[in-house]
Amino acid sequence: MSQPSISKSMTSGESGLAVVFAVTAFLCVIASAKALDAPFAFHAALSAAASLAAVFCIINRYLDRPAALPPAEINGRPNYNMGPIKFSSVMAMFWGIAGFLVGLIIASQLAWPALNFDLPWTSFGRLRPLHTSAVIFAFGGNVLIATSFYVVQKTCRVRLAGDLAPWFVVVGYNFFILIAGTGYLLGVTQSKEYAEPEWYSDLWLTIVWVTYLLVFLATIIKRKEPHIFVANWFYLAFIVTIAVLHLGNNPALPVSVFGSKSYIAWGGIQDAMFQWWYGHNAVGFFLTAGFLAIMYYFIPKRAERPIYSYRLSIIHFWALIFLYIWAGPHHLHYTALPDWTQTLGMTFSIMLWMPSWGGMINGLMTLSGAWDKLRTDPVLRMLVVSVAFYGMSTFEGPMMSIKVVNSLSHYTDWTIGHVHSGALGWVGFVSFGALYCLVPWIWNRKGLYSLKLVNWHFWIATLGIVLYISAMWVSGILQGLMWRAYTSLGFLEYSFIETVEAMHPFYIIRAAGGGLFLIGALIMAYNLWMTVRVGEQEVQMPVALQPAE
Amino acid sequence: MKAILTLDNLASGLVTTIWTPVFVAIFLAIIAYALWPRNKAAFDEAAHLPLREE
Repeated sequence: MSQPSISKSMTSGESGLAVVFAVTAFLCVIASAKALDAPFAFHAALSAAASLAAVFCIINRYLDRPAALPPAEINGRPNYNMGPIKFSSVMAMFWGIAGFLVGLIIASQLAWPALNFDLPWTSFGRLRPLHTSAVIFAFGGNVLIATSFYVVQKTCRVRLAGDLAPWFVVVGYNFFILIAGTGYLLGVTQSKEYAEPEWYSDLWLTIVWVTYLLVFLATIIKRKEPHIFVANWFYLAFIVTIAVLHLGNNPALPVSVFGSKSYIAWGGIQDAMFQWWYGHNAVGFFLTAGFLAIMYYFIPKRAERPIYSYRLSIIHFWALIFLYIWAGPHHLHYTALPDWTQTLGMTFSIMLWMPSWGGMINGLMTLSGAWDKLRTDPVLRMLVVSVAFYGMSTFEGPMMSIKVVNSLSHYTDWTIGHVHSGALGWVGFVSFGALYCLVPWIWNRKGLYSLKLVNWHFWIATLGIVLYISAMWVSGILQGLMWRAYTSLGFLEYSFIETVEAMHPFYIIRAAGGGLFLIGALIMAYNLWMTVRVGEQEVQMPVALQPAE
Repeated sequence: MKAILTLDNLASGLVTTIWTPVFVAIFLAIIAYALWPRNKAAFDEAAHLPLREE
């Protein structure tokens, strides 16, 4: 290591954060000792250990680093910060496999209920939020954080803002996932769909998320590129809106500061409306806006074609922003929610057809002049098929929000099928495509270890999706029709258990589809692992030749 | 209770309703900005942004 020429000292960020974590560790030990319930004691102890580890890492990192912080530029080129992106990419792959596996387990439990083993920790009610959170927030969230940190640096041509802050975001976010996930298994939940984590996890996520926003904003503010690229607008909308949704849906009063149980501030129908304002906009801004940002950067990049219509991308963005936020009430059709609110939600959902399809057309048409690449590049094919699935599920969604359609589809497996055509086909495939691009870029590899394996992944996963969604369509419509069937005497024709029995074969097909999707992800993990391990090094820029000081 | 038009509920009605035309106007302005012929060159260049980074 080179001798530092200036005297080395801790930055205020390093010392400040170390002190904050040391105090946090102390407070968590107290909380653990005074805990009212076992899961809270476990989480407090886990937080104490993590805080101590954070102090250790900060000091260790300080001791290992040269006196000067990494320069913003080397030889007039931005010195991009790839460390936190690598971390998030690895975590995305890990949580993806974990989440798909838990999904397969609960799909199998529905087909063969004995698989819940009669244990509380492995019951469907606890594993289901573990699955949804693992795939949406852990897998999807890490993909979004990794790609957003990459795209914002590249398109602003500037190093990521902050020194410890980006690390705080990626590690802190994954610690939130750990607390939330172990909480579900131990029965800690506030019972709000997609917002199950209890008050203390929510507070922690708030701190992490605000830091994420600040890092992202500060990077945009110091940009070298005058224009803010459209993908950054989508990422920003995703980060800001998720912050607002999280704060709006989660205000709660804990029974005790030393216990996990809390009560939500909202009551009755207001609580329901807040929940689905949150729930639907988690779909709109987490699973849509964030991944559209990926589409607007990774498809042009991979196809080596400019965005088909930049004007359309601007209109697409603002139309989505203005419309999406109103669509939530379609989750509460035929409930105590006022009728006009239901109709409002339905109307805005139908209007969403336009920006959704505008975006899809923009993504697909970016390939004009490069369509032949679909034959030779399975990664691009994955990205493009994801956009096709986006178009399909955003056609289906507004249709299902129409009240008469919803009267058949709601509470049935059709909803599950719809969600998965969006989740597996759109979010899953666009994430896979992005990771297949990102991993060789950030690890400086010439390309992927094997395009053939990507091809296998593509076809196995596509087959899995087709099995999954077609099984759920048939099952859902069957279920809905059986529920509403009356005899000539006005009695319900089928008992509930008869409808459950009718769904059994479709549940087996669905589990098989999920199994194929998981196999595809395992192939991907192997491929990415080998890319990093044995992939050929990209010819380095003269960064390595830089004199040390 | 019968609704009586007072200055007070007229004002609150305006405050809650005004957002619809305001948002529509903002959105129309955005569309005009996006489609304005003079902005075309800048947007065409921005469409190439992912391709010309270092």
